[in-house]
Amino acid sequence: MDAVMNLGQGVFGGVWPAVWTLIKIVLIVAPLMLGVAYLTWLERKVIGYMQVRIGPNRVGPWGLIQPIADGLKLLLKEIVVPSGANKAVFIIAPMLAIAPALAAWAVIPFNGTLVLANIDASLLYIMAITSIGVYGIILSGWASNSKYAFLGAMRSAAQMVSYEVAMGFSLICVLMVSNSLNLVEIVNGQAEGRFAGYGLGFLSWNWLPLLPMFLVYLISGTAELNRAPFDVAEGESEIVAGFHVEYSGMAFALFFLAEYANMILVATLTSILFLGGWLSPVGFLPDGMLWLFAKMFFVLVLFLWFRATFPRYRYDQLMRLGWKVFLPICLVWLVVVGVWMMSPLSIWK
Amino acid sequence: MDFQTFVFFFLSAILIFAALRVITSRNPVYAVLHLILAFFTCGGIWALLQAEFLAIAIILVYVGAVMVLFLFVVMMLDINVDRLREGFWNYLPLGAILGILMVVEMGLVLGQKYFQVPAAGAVLPAGVSNTREIAVEMFTNFVYPFELASIVLLVGMVAAIVLTYRGPKASKNTNPNKQVFVKAKDRVRVLQMPVEKD
Repeated sequence: MDAVMNLGQGVFGGVWPAVWTLIKIVLIVAPLMLGVAYLTWLERKVIGYMQVRIGPNRVGPWGLIQPIADGLKLLLKEIVVPSGANKAVFIIAPMLAIAPALAAWAVIPFNGTLVLANIDASLLYIMAITSIGVYGIILSGWASNSKYAFLGAMRSAAQMVSYEVAMGFSLICVLMVSNSLNLVEIVNGQAEGRFAGYGLGFLSWNWLPLLPMFLVYLISGTAELNRAPFDVAEGESEIVAGFHVEYSGMAFALFFLAEYANMILVATLTSILFLGGWLSPVGFLPDGMLWLFAKMFFVLVLFLWFRATFPRYRYDQLMRLGWKVFLPICLVWLVVVGVWMMSPLSIWK
Repeated sequence: MDFQTFVFFFLSAILIFAALRVITSRNPVYAVLHLILAFFTCGGIWALLQAEFLAIAIILVYVGAVMVLFLFVVMMLDINVDRLREGFWNYLPLGAILGILMVVEMGLVLGQKYFQVPAAGAVLPAGVSNTREIAVEMFTNFVYPFELASIVLLVGMVAAIVLTYRGPKASKNTNPNKQVFVKAKDRVRVLQMPVEKD
């Protein structure tokens, strides 16, 4: 590692820190994009098997080259701008969708030391950046000058704003018990506890004492992602394809990439905040990045499983779930956690 | 000129441009988009001043929530710009007086000694979390103003609901609460009938 740093210092001189940061960004974004490509493959395969089909199986062995072929096809297709569309906003909207999905990765830790920017308020940063993602969807719906797209955008805006409230409250519970906004410290906080002392680390992670918040976060996360069963913004059978109905080629692909990159992001956040991040579930196995990836994979398969299992929520039921079920649960549990922390029974000292 | 100064002037230029476009653009959606850009750049300048909590909070609250709802409303407006500009020259003197008054007031406030950046000691040592400091101040020294502000917000919210609530509708609205708790046995009756033989 030192040899690489010395070599870089010699070749680039003063700008080496900037170049080194760029290299680290590439090292995060490139595997992420590959992960996105193969997540689409996994989704088609998993849902295929759940529905007693085979899924993609023609391009390469087990259809493994299918995502590459899809990507190539989308790259070569023409981007059609509808004649009534607002051209500038129409082009900017997909960029606004993907930029936050990538920017959020700047503060994600992969283990205790491997993180691009270990800032103090990383949880706040994540909340702020992910809340910007909705603009891509709203603006694409507005700029398309199409009724279906506009309806999709309106639905999406209302949905994301409502579920962000519940999501924010569940994160507040996490930061109360961890006493920190830093993701690395949140994970390190989960390594301590009575069960961790017995070598049963997975019972000390946040998911158990904060079980209602874990469920609220997971479900609100699915809703924030516009994933089934909360995909009213796309709702194929109701509003064709919702906000991206007018998009084609790479502009469409950017929305797609953003959605799947966000899926991986929410899976990572769930793993870090509630499932102990890179901590090993049992005492006799070492901690490591592989555990984080295993947990992410588990949450991602949950998302796919949801999609193959549940029918789409009706719009009013969706709003009811967000405001009348999750919000009261969050408010009650916030008080419960606060009282618990101040009582002699507190497990977070 | 060091790097920080350069970033400050760069962000300030964007901020001033965006703020000007908010009031000059003909399309209301463009105005809102430039307002979002202005908030975002403002957050950048605050981050430069080491106020990272405020910087993230303005993006989280204003860009992430308030402006989404704003955009939501503005998109559905059908504004005729020409009609809006009809009385421009009539209103100009009043508007100009108000504008000058605001500039003078802001100048007076910003000229106060509390707003001067202390030459030394302004740079925080590493490891001081400004989020924690703000929280401690808010819930100890400033707890009454803070609670008062929350009550004002609550009153505003209740007032908005009271103003727009028009009583229960007499339409065929469905109640999802009732629907969710419907059981099959409330609706379906299974009858046993003997098989007919001839």
